[in-house]
Amino acid sequence: MSRILSSALFIVIVAALACVPFVADSYGVTLGIGMLGYVTLATAWALFSGPTRYVSLATVAFFGIGAYTVAVFSETIPYPLLLVTAGAIGLAVALVVGLSTLRLAGVYFVIFTFGLAELVRQLVTWYEVNVTGTLGRYIFLPVTPEGIYWQLLGLAAITFLISWWIGRSRIGLALKVIGDDEIVAAHCGIDIARVKLALFAISSVIITLVGAIQAPRWTYVEPTIAFNPTISFLTLIMALLGGAHRLTGPLLGAVPLFLLFEWLSANFPNHYSIILGLIFIAIVFILPRGVLAFAEENWRRWRKTEIKNLPAVAE
Amino acid sequence: MSELLTINGLTKRFGGLTAVNAVSFSIHRGEVVGLLGPNGSGKTTVMNMISGHLAPTGGTIALGKETISGLAANRIALKGVARTFQLVRGLPSLTVAENVIAALAFGRQKLWGQAARTEALSRLDEVGLAHRADQSAQDLTYIDQKRMELARALAAQPELLLLDEWLAGLNPTELKTGIELIRSIQKRGVTILLVEHVMDAIRALCGRCVVMNAGRKIADGPTAEALADREVINAYLGDAHA
Ligand SMILES: Nc1ncnc2c1ncn2[C@@H]1O[C@H](COP(=O)(O)OP(=O)(O)O)[C@@H](O)[C@H]1O
Ligand SMILES: [Mg+2]
Repeated sequence: MSRILSSALFIVIVAALACVPFVADSYGVTLGIGMLGYVTLATAWALFSGPTRYVSLATVAFFGIGAYTVAVFSETIPYPLLLVTAGAIGLAVALVVGLSTLRLAGVYFVIFTFGLAELVRQLVTWYEVNVTGTLGRYIFLPVTPEGIYWQLLGLAAITFLISWWIGRSRIGLALKVIGDDEIVAAHCGIDIARVKLALFAISSVIITLVGAIQAPRWTYVEPTIAFNPTISFLTLIMALLGGAHRLTGPLLGAVPLFLLFEWLSANFPNHYSIILGLIFIAIVFILPRGVLAFAEENWRRWRKTEIKNLPAVAE
Repeated sequence: MSELLTINGLTKRFGGLTAVNAVSFSIHRGEVVGLLGPNGSGKTTVMNMISGHLAPTGGTIALGKETISGLAANRIALKGVARTFQLVRGLPSLTVAENVIAALAFGRQKLWGQAARTEALSRLDEVGLAHRADQSAQDLTYIDQKRMELARALAAQPELLLLDEWLAGLNPTELKTGIELIRSIQKRGVTILLVEHVMDAIRALCGRCVVMNAGRKIADGPTAEALADREVINAYLGDAHA
């Protein structure tokens, strides 16, 4: 029953969001694109990093690969195929990176993924300067902002469905077992490296597609725009704020934080990064397991005291 | 009788320490063998190498005719080796039933859904834990966690079961039930290698014992003979008592 209810709710919300471009002005659509982009990034990030507890800062490496693929091939490959190409490149990079790094644990993985994003940016810059001879590229594609909005909405919905499906599937159980105890996981017959690689690949392809779909919004890209490390950090904070272990956690983190950052960058453009850093620290210290877990615990505590305080029924 | 497990010249070094030193023994199909020795003599390390948790520094391990030494733990599990750990390893974020389903879903049986749940419940029933199936694993007492771990190992449908001090810490009543349980597992045709310090249990369960001291095998034979061995008595009591 609750499953039918939540499916219905999901369909209604997606349908309602699909109608937004008909009523919103162009600023509203722009805002919607940014928000859907980050909701998808945070959900895709949590897909891999939530259960495995591998904190990845490679988000922008894949996001940028998606954007750059579109920039480079926008005139040679027709549009829908362009997205497929971007996804395929993202997948290939994810498999190579995954095979070589998923052995690293803890902070080494964090550092490596951060380094990876920088490495990709430097490689693209080097290639553009030395081979192409220009640093920036123009993207002229007949894609409207509404078109981008709908594509991102579709991708966000698919990401949710994948995340929901994984949670109930065998691979979801494998992830929980791995998250609890890798030694037990291996002794149960789970091929840990393969499960992690599969998740990393799915997550990375979605992130690549976000970059590819959003790219036409920029018209002009250069490596510093497409590979801006702030994107990785924002995605991380959003997922952590909401709680990376729950299906809707990243969503609940992404929406308010995106709006907050929009407001901050409009009103405090000079202090933006400092405030961002402070918020980051606050979230990690105050809500290490996310807002949802925090709210749930306090709700339970509050319910308990309320029940205790109920007046006794007269006999 | 054919041999299920054949260990040859098995060696493990941790830096300068040789924890297991050229140990060889074999186990027939259907046997229950005790692996004894004072603390630190290398018993758990032998178990760890058989299950694939640690790679041997030297020597070979074969399951049936197949060499398994050097394989990853997940591959060895699929070939029919299951174990419990000396320090219990539950999966705290899962329910008790899910702990068992983990072995069913990815082990040799590949069960999922209702079939997995039914099977998990009957494995839990076997160890007397069915009534706790839907509790969180982290709420179990230490003894119940040990039971759950055994149910998980059984769910893997092993040919060879490794029990590392599974009976340690049980009270006399629980010990009796535990011994009966291991016997019933043996009757099903599962071969068992158990590390144990409880002498009553060893006498009741093991037809044969392998005894280790300081990484070396010092005795291997029928339980009564192995326990009466001079070197074994020295190892347990110290040379002063010889
Ligand atoms: N992972 C490890 N790293 C370093 N030394 C170890 C490790 N595991 C066991 N040892 C050492 O190997 C020796 C044998 O340990 P163990 O096999 O646990 O003995 P037992 O199970 O017989 O008590 C001990 O000296 C122990 O400290
Ligand atoms: Mg031990």
